[in-house]
Amino acid sequence: MTMLERTPPPAEQPLLDVKDLEQRYTLPRESMFKPAAQVHALNGVTAQVMAGRSLGVVGESGSGKSTFARLVMALERPSSGSVSLMGRDLNRLPADELRRARRDFQMVFQDPYGSLDPRQTIARIVAEPLTALGRMDRATLRERVSGVLRQVGLRDADMDKFPHEFSGGQRQRIAIARALITQPKLIVADEPVSALDVSVQAQVLNLMQDLQDQFGLSYILISHDLAVVDYLCDEIAVMYLGRIVEQGSPEDLFAHCAHPYTRALLEAVPRARAGGVRRRGAQRIASQSTGATGCAYASRCPLADQHCRETAPPLRNVGRAHLAACHHAEAVMALPSVAAAG
Amino acid sequence: MSTPLSASVDVEAVTARPRLATGFWRRALRHRSFVIGGALSLMVLFAALLSLVWTPWSAYEIDVTAKLRPPSATHWLGTDVLGRDIVSLLLVGARSTIMVGVIAVSIGLTFGVCLGLIAAARKGWTEEIIMRMSDFTFAFPAVLSAIMLAAVAGPGMVTSIVAIGIFQIPTLVRLTRGSANAIWAREFVLAARASGKGGFRITIEHVLPNVLPILIVQATIQFALAILAEAALSYLGLGTQPPQPSWGRMLNDAQTLLFQSPMLAVYPGAAIAIAVLGLNLLGDGLRDLLDPRLARER
Repeated sequence: MTMLERTPPPAEQPLLDVKDLEQRYTLPRESMFKPAAQVHALNGVTAQVMAGRSLGVVGESGSGKSTFARLVMALERPSSGSVSLMGRDLNRLPADELRRARRDFQMVFQDPYGSLDPRQTIARIVAEPLTALGRMDRATLRERVSGVLRQVGLRDADMDKFPHEFSGGQRQRIAIARALITQPKLIVADEPVSALDVSVQAQVLNLMQDLQDQFGLSYILISHDLAVVDYLCDEIAVMYLGRIVEQGSPEDLFAHCAHPYTRALLEAVPRARAGGVRRRGAQRIASQSTGATGCAYASRCPLADQHCRETAPPLRNVGRAHLAACHHAEAVMALPSVAAAG
Repeated sequence: MSTPLSASVDVEAVTARPRLATGFWRRALRHRSFVIGGALSLMVLFAALLSLVWTPWSAYEIDVTAKLRPPSATHWLGTDVLGRDIVSLLLVGARSTIMVGVIAVSIGLTFGVCLGLIAAARKGWTEEIIMRMSDFTFAFPAVLSAIMLAAVAGPGMVTSIVAIGIFQIPTLVRLTRGSANAIWAREFVLAARASGKGGFRITIEHVLPNVLPILIVQATIQFALAILAEAALSYLGLGTQPPQPSWGRMLNDAQTLLFQSPMLAVYPGAAIAIAVLGLNLLGDGLRDLLDPRLARER
């Protein structure tokens, strides 16, 4: 297959346009006589990414950020809503066209030990997105592989090695090389550095930054770590229980966050390693399943009042390109800012 | 548009020869159970091959005047109740044993692996139907299915091969599906899906290579089980028919003479034990050797 003509999207059109994305999962039945319970993993998420810009998605585990990543990658069908890349709704494309469209968006996974097939050579792993597109002769493939390997700081000699011969950081470079080989416009990275040592994290993030400068890539960076997202992204969306609760530039979010949950995340940063992270697993599932009225965060919110428990706050403008879903956004913004950690 | 099959040929082209192979024999020869198991298995194989070109006496000729001779220079292990040379019988018996084992395990592997891979790839109803059918087959022991088959088709080698083969399928379906499910849950499969590969190519390129070592190990153990089943069926008179010698039949013949010539039962028993032990040790050794994580160490 030859390179298809790819026209750049018009300036106003976002690269990625996500509208009202919802995903419900059916839980295994507890009893034959009860209807199966459902979990709202994603509850109406709307987001846009312009070409060359990057969106960070933060939230605790269970907030739906990985579901968001899988839906953007069209690995699952959403219950409702749409994901459009360059104006094309991915879930309406015929299977064959979707397969070809995949060259424009690739994914980097969290676990560099699990995301590379241990029985394949690096050349074969990195070439996979190309071989999935169709036939290509061996020489061209190896040339392309060698090209991307060098871009991520690996050598040609690494091509015929196996994944277990590499360190975690090198493996994540290999995973990035695999994502780069089709020259995509968007890379979805789901916790790309959280499995790595802190010293290696910086290297990989620097690499991602360099590649963005070089190729004008867009990233969707999923992370639980605000610092990681701050480093690489132009815009941050904070997710809580399948909803975006606050969205804005890193400066806005760090200097005057408008949602108490964002504030809690910022405050949690220094304490996170000391075991200060709250565990609310059971409670979270319960509130996800029932779809209770009112603000989903009300049960954990120090500012919650009767109004919060009765009426869900819509996502509204609280500043220039700064959105928050909180009745008390102005009050939160007026609080003294959390000392930036790191 | 290229078909998935032809594209996968190109994928092969990208792959340089796995370097795993280079160190394999060096490591293998240092692995004790692999070496012992391999030697015992080769011994049985050699006996079977030898019987094709040479046996000390004919394994079919009956000489009642020379019955139940003790071991001597002419008959190394003596003769049986019909005056046949025991060594010759053991050699030819190895042939039937290996033939039944190879064909039965091939039947089991072909159907078991395909069905297991399909069940893991398709999930849902397909998986449910395959698994329930395999449960159904699993409920019948090999001997029972052989008896049923023998009632329909008459006893014989073919009947026993088919019965043992069918009896192997459910075990291999379960093993293949279980291992394949574990591979399907891995992130590299998600990565393959994200790059646009479909169920068939993922099965061929990722799932099968990753479950293959498990299957190879299991196949050697299934081979040992098939040998035992063949011996059991022949012992019951449902397998290999006279005059074709087999280890199981030799045991059967020896049974009535257990107090007169106990050694008649020991020789075929020892042969079966050697074959089964050898294959089990070989399987253990292969399991260690085929683990890619251990490939680089030591």
